[in-house]
Amino acid sequence: MPKILTRQRLVPNLHLIEVHAPEVAKKCRPGQFVIIMPDEKGERIPLSLADWDVERGSVTSVFLVVGTTTRKLTALNPGDEVPVFVGPLGRPSEIAQFGTVVLAAGCFGIGALWPVARALKAAGNRVVALLDAKADYLFYWKDRYRSVCDKVLFSSRDHAVAPTKDFIPNPLVDVLKAEEPVSRVISVGCTYLMYASSQATKPLGIKTIVSLNPIMVDGTGMCGACRCTAAGKTKFACVDGPDFDGHQVDWDELFMRRKAYFDDEIRSLCHWEELELP
Amino acid sequence: MAEDKKELSGEDKARLKAEFEKEWRKELRKTLPPKERMKIARQKMPERPADERNRDFNEVNQGLTPELAQEEARRCLDCANPQCVTGCPVCIDIPCFVKLVEKGDFLQAAWKIKETNSLPAICGRVCPQETQCEEVCTLKKAGGTPVAIGNLERFVSDYERWSGSVKIPPLPPPSRKKVAVIGAGPAGLTVAGDLAKLGHTVTVFEALHESGGVLIYGIPEFRLPKAILKAEVDYLRRLGVEIRTSFVVGLTATIDDLRAEGYQAFFIASGAGLPNFMKIPGENLVGVYSANEYLTRVNLMRAYDFPAHDTPVMKAKTAAVIGGGNVAMDSVRTAKRLGAGRAVIVYRRSRVEMPARIEEVHHAEQEGIEFQLLTTPLRYFGDEHGRVRAMECQKMGLGEPDASGRRRPVPIEGSEYTMEVDLVVCAIGQSPNPLIPQTTPGLKMGKWGNVEVDWATMATNLPGVYAGGDIVRGGATVILAMGDARIAAAQMDKYLRR
Repeated sequence: MPKILTRQRLVPNLHLIEVHAPEVAKKCRPGQFVIIMPDEKGERIPLSLADWDVERGSVTSVFLVVGTTTRKLTALNPGDEVPVFVGPLGRPSEIAQFGTVVLAAGCFGIGALWPVARALKAAGNRVVALLDAKADYLFYWKDRYRSVCDKVLFSSRDHAVAPTKDFIPNPLVDVLKAEEPVSRVISVGCTYLMYASSQATKPLGIKTIVSLNPIMVDGTGMCGACRCTAAGKTKFACVDGPDFDGHQVDWDELFMRRKAYFDDEIRSLCHWEELELP
Repeated sequence: MAEDKKELSGEDKARLKAEFEKEWRKELRKTLPPKERMKIARQKMPERPADERNRDFNEVNQGLTPELAQEEARRCLDCANPQCVTGCPVCIDIPCFVKLVEKGDFLQAAWKIKETNSLPAICGRVCPQETQCEEVCTLKKAGGTPVAIGNLERFVSDYERWSGSVKIPPLPPPSRKKVAVIGAGPAGLTVAGDLAKLGHTVTVFEALHESGGVLIYGIPEFRLPKAILKAEVDYLRRLGVEIRTSFVVGLTATIDDLRAEGYQAFFIASGAGLPNFMKIPGENLVGVYSANEYLTRVNLMRAYDFPAHDTPVMKAKTAAVIGGGNVAMDSVRTAKRLGAGRAVIVYRRSRVEMPARIEEVHHAEQEGIEFQLLTTPLRYFGDEHGRVRAMECQKMGLGEPDASGRRRPVPIEGSEYTMEVDLVVCAIGQSPNPLIPQTTPGLKMGKWGNVEVDWATMATNLPGVYAGGDIVRGGATVILAMGDARIAAAQMDKYLRR
């Protein structure tokens, strides 16, 4: 079974997990994801790739602690094993020489967009990153972004690093105006952030790619749990995505389907806490 | 499509004849004249009471007792020209194993089956025997009921397992040839077993975290207990088959990558893992599932045991399952077991056109499943949370036969009505999973996204690459997949030794 190499809290509620999976590492491309199951009774959940190292044979993801599965993941330590770590799944992000690309990332998406930023820079783009968080202490990997981006900006309610004291979408609109002409926006993070980014860029006519995060089970197109609507057609995020044109996504449907198991998720977490916590 | 009932090869005929002429068979035939044998009634499979079993996931059928099995075996006339074997996609020597049962040699009977079928405990449970071996049984042709071949197969394989006498056949010296099997479902497992028995080094690559394919994610515990599947897979492991789970061929490694690693022959058995939907309004509402998802949550992920297992599944007051096949029956009976007050099959044709096995339909009826036949959903309505709350249906009439030979359903104008439902499972079929076709350059594909093969050899257009089961057929049965696999395994052996 795949072994945990690193499990580290990056900032409150956001953790990094590095798993020994040499075959997966060899095939990883920016924008793809893996499916992990924390223990034999666990649920399979998708995690976006945040990094990989072919020589070390490892794959890294950043995740937000929300429910039972992610709570279980935070309890794992180096040397522990997980029964399922499968991938890389989904289609890679489109990487080409676009011109100026603005990345709008928040939450786990700061991790998930990092390999995309690196690949875009290597492909000869001007890369501007706008990292978004509730507060300054929730930013991570600033140096990683600075090492490959032409500009790294921040938006949050604080003002120590962030100039804006505001969340996306308003700061994004400001950045797009300042950086004109922008060829494309890529937004990864919570559903609201991706939705807001897409809403902001639509009137400006800037192509916007989002990485959708619906509920999944198998991740290989077999079950259809992750179906979403893009350009009026039902798509499976696991095999047709996860990247979609944010202007074509039926966001109401995505928000609704993500909440499908809200009550069960609370029940599951209560059950787990009763068993595991003193 | 390959013929399901076939001429036996000269080799198979010789094998059957040699067994038929053995002394013990002659003696046994003499013990009871055919007329007397034909007077014995078909023995009934004991099953748990419907109002008890529809509340849990334990197995419905309880299996024959040794006495019942022997009595049933006495019914077989041991025909000189046995038709049953021609109805079996894997050519089991049915008369021989049935007569071994009559003799009380249950272990020998199990081993006889295993000469041509590595997964008898599964086939004995899920094969549609009534349209295969039992359909062509001489007793049936004589106007009676056929020998319960499937129940006997199940009995002997269970007997072997319970007695702890699972035998590993002597293996030939290793050929040192590496074979990659893609998918650990019925087709993949069969090829793996056959090629391992021929001395090849076999690795099965499985995308999910447990082996079995549709046997683990699709077919419920009450029809095929997971312990049975596990025992059959363990048997393959003891034959030397390596199974690598959580490995998605096409993504974790492509067929070309595996070739570069030294694999010389390939069997694509990645199945019909792509659920079909009707493309009607409201199908993406919360509470509308594909049968694949619904059954995967309950079976593979054990959602029936939530929250002890973490994966949830929605419970319903009224569950509607769209479709009339075995997958629809599995889904609707699952919904009932998960507590649905009403669990309803909604099927657009009439009962006679239902593709489900008769036994499954009967079991469903006994368990309180409702049938709304000649009915099709038009749209689904949701509540303020986007959860399905009702469906609009339309009644159908039957017109002229279509390409499948079944009468085509025709909508009856003005017959629309609304039915309150809070769970819908769409069980209208699957298409071949596109991952391998998309990632294998040059692989020749058919119209429906299926892999094209030469039916005589199951070879694809790529050298050393074979395919079988639902990736080729689109959505068929476990035993047809296994029949493809047996043909492919023999051909792959020839290819590897060329």
